[in-house]
Amino acid sequence: MEGMTKIVKTVARLVIGFILLYGASIVIYGHITPGGGFAGGVFISIAYVLIMLAFSKKVAMRKLSNFAASLSDNLGAFSFFIIGLLGSIFSGYFLYNFINHGTPFRLVSAGTIPLSNIAIGVKVGASLYAILVALSIYGRVLTEKEEE
Amino acid sequence: MENLALGTIAAPLGSAILILIVTKWWKRFADIWATVVGGFTLVASILLIGSEPIVYRMGGWAPPWGICLVLDPLSELMLLVINLLGFFVTVYSLSYMEWYTNKPKFFALFLLMMAGMNGVVLTGDMFNLFVFLEIASLASYGLVGFGVEAEELEASFKYLILGSIASTLILFGVAIIYSVTGSVNMADISVFLKGTGNNAAVLFAAVLFLAGFATKAALVPFHAWLPDAHPSAPAPVSAMLSGVLVKALGVYAMARVFYNVIPVDPIFLKVIMVLGVISMLVGGLLAIGQWDIKRMLAYSTISQIGYIFLGLSLGTALGLVGAIFHLLNHSTYKGLLFLCSGSIEKATGSRDMREFGGLSKRMPVTSIATSIGALSISGIPPFAGFWSKLIIIIACFRAGEIVPGIIAVGVAFITISYYVKLQKYTLFGKLPDKLAKVKESPFAMSSAMIILAVLCLALGLGYPLLNSSILSPAANSLLDTTGWGYITNVLGF
Repeated sequence: MEGMTKIVKTVARLVIGFILLYGASIVIYGHITPGGGFAGGVFISIAYVLIMLAFSKKVAMRKLSNFAASLSDNLGAFSFFIIGLLGSIFSGYFLYNFINHGTPFRLVSAGTIPLSNIAIGVKVGASLYAILVALSIYGRVLTEKEEE
Repeated sequence: MENLALGTIAAPLGSAILILIVTKWWKRFADIWATVVGGFTLVASILLIGSEPIVYRMGGWAPPWGICLVLDPLSELMLLVINLLGFFVTVYSLSYMEWYTNKPKFFALFLLMMAGMNGVVLTGDMFNLFVFLEIASLASYGLVGFGVEAEELEASFKYLILGSIASTLILFGVAIIYSVTGSVNMADISVFLKGTGNNAAVLFAAVLFLAGFATKAALVPFHAWLPDAHPSAPAPVSAMLSGVLVKALGVYAMARVFYNVIPVDPIFLKVIMVLGVISMLVGGLLAIGQWDIKRMLAYSTISQIGYIFLGLSLGTALGLVGAIFHLLNHSTYKGLLFLCSGSIEKATGSRDMREFGGLSKRMPVTSIATSIGALSISGIPPFAGFWSKLIIIIACFRAGEIVPGIIAVGVAFITISYYVKLQKYTLFGKLPDKLAKVKESPFAMSSAMIILAVLCLALGLGYPLLNSSILSPAANSLLDTTGWGYITNVLGF
């Protein structure tokens, strides 16, 4: 059996959804509560890392493949760049908050900031997961003496 | 104009990510787009020369509250240096990087490094300087280890450790300056320090900056990473590292901080002078004994960076013009020499000069380009290197610094000696049988080398024009006798 024991798998199955949800809430509420794209993104990546640890790398890669992680990573970063560029196009200043700021402390407020948080959340979540996948691929090359 | 200045950072930054996305489906996109972006940043930096000082407010926030980009004559010159070599190295890489497996990732990292360097020379904010410096450094760590062979990874790791220590020192320096002045805006810090003077905390921060930037610039004794990192990297990366990275992250940042941010202190200029002279001498002497062609060029970089710092440390207009001119020249001929070494390595499969000889018969373009680069860096008239060294040496004597001036003359002869050695063992003599079938480099590589070789001559002959249009304004923006020029540009008073 790949992965860890049934106890770990059962617990992991129960908590992974909550971790993802918590991560998403930290990203989405980033502009009105402590946290933001980076912190929430770390939570999201941790959910996938937990799948990798509890169920094996193969299962985790089935849920989020290397290609998908790399693509989300790039798309997250590119979205942030585009938000910055749109600021420059609409108002002449890079990263200018060009969307209506709305009522302070409401979920839909603060203009481009929540959008930037989501872009960063996707980028950080995907890239941290991709880094851990990459780290798990590489192993130490045994010397001839050790092989003997 | 404001948008052009922003474009020199935004275009390579966005393109680095765009290349990674599009090349998942279309591999050739990396070649096309990197060349287009390289061309755009080069044209933008040429168009920006001679423009009035520009202050670009990021996010619309006015300085000192927000991050601002400041384009003054020194930044204009540095932008030109970075993007000029950057474009030709990109063209050269189109063919050279076929040797490696993942060209799109190379161009993504390369453009990220370009964005970081352009950011360093444009930013008017100390913390933002650190951020761009890290972007450029992190990309360069990846590029040094791009071949993923044991030697390259070791060099990259060594570079990573020493580079990170340097970055940490710089960050500590920024933190101390912030705690003292309550600002990270360069002009605002300068205003504050003009009022209070340099207290002990500021002097300590200055020492941290000195050590941090000197490591980035590979001044002796902070140079240990360079002789490993530069030869191990692919030739285009070596050209960028030696040609511009050490200058943007080390020389420019040090000049900006010690001339425009922290009030000039004669003690620091003296320290920079001593380090510069030692680098000149040690780099030159160590280069003589090298047989690895790229390692020799790497030690030569340490020596030539010493010249630049010697000019900077004099604190006179002539010294600064000499230093800035040498910086511009060194980027072209050292970039050229590294590209030539890459051609030779690709054709022969070796970097050991003892295995070469008579390559001028088989590789005429590379040989002529190597000779021009070597003559220029050796200081043979009428090539560019002669004039910049002459100006630095005259500036030394006029400033009353006789000993450094004499050492500078002596090191010029040392430089000639190891470049004669390079030419003798590589280009002339008998062609070994095993090299009888080597071929000249493809068009993309040759054309980049030819243009850079022509520039080595053109920069020398065009000195009077360059001096009035770029060099003197750049030197004046550093050597502002009232000390308020930079501040007025940024803060508007």
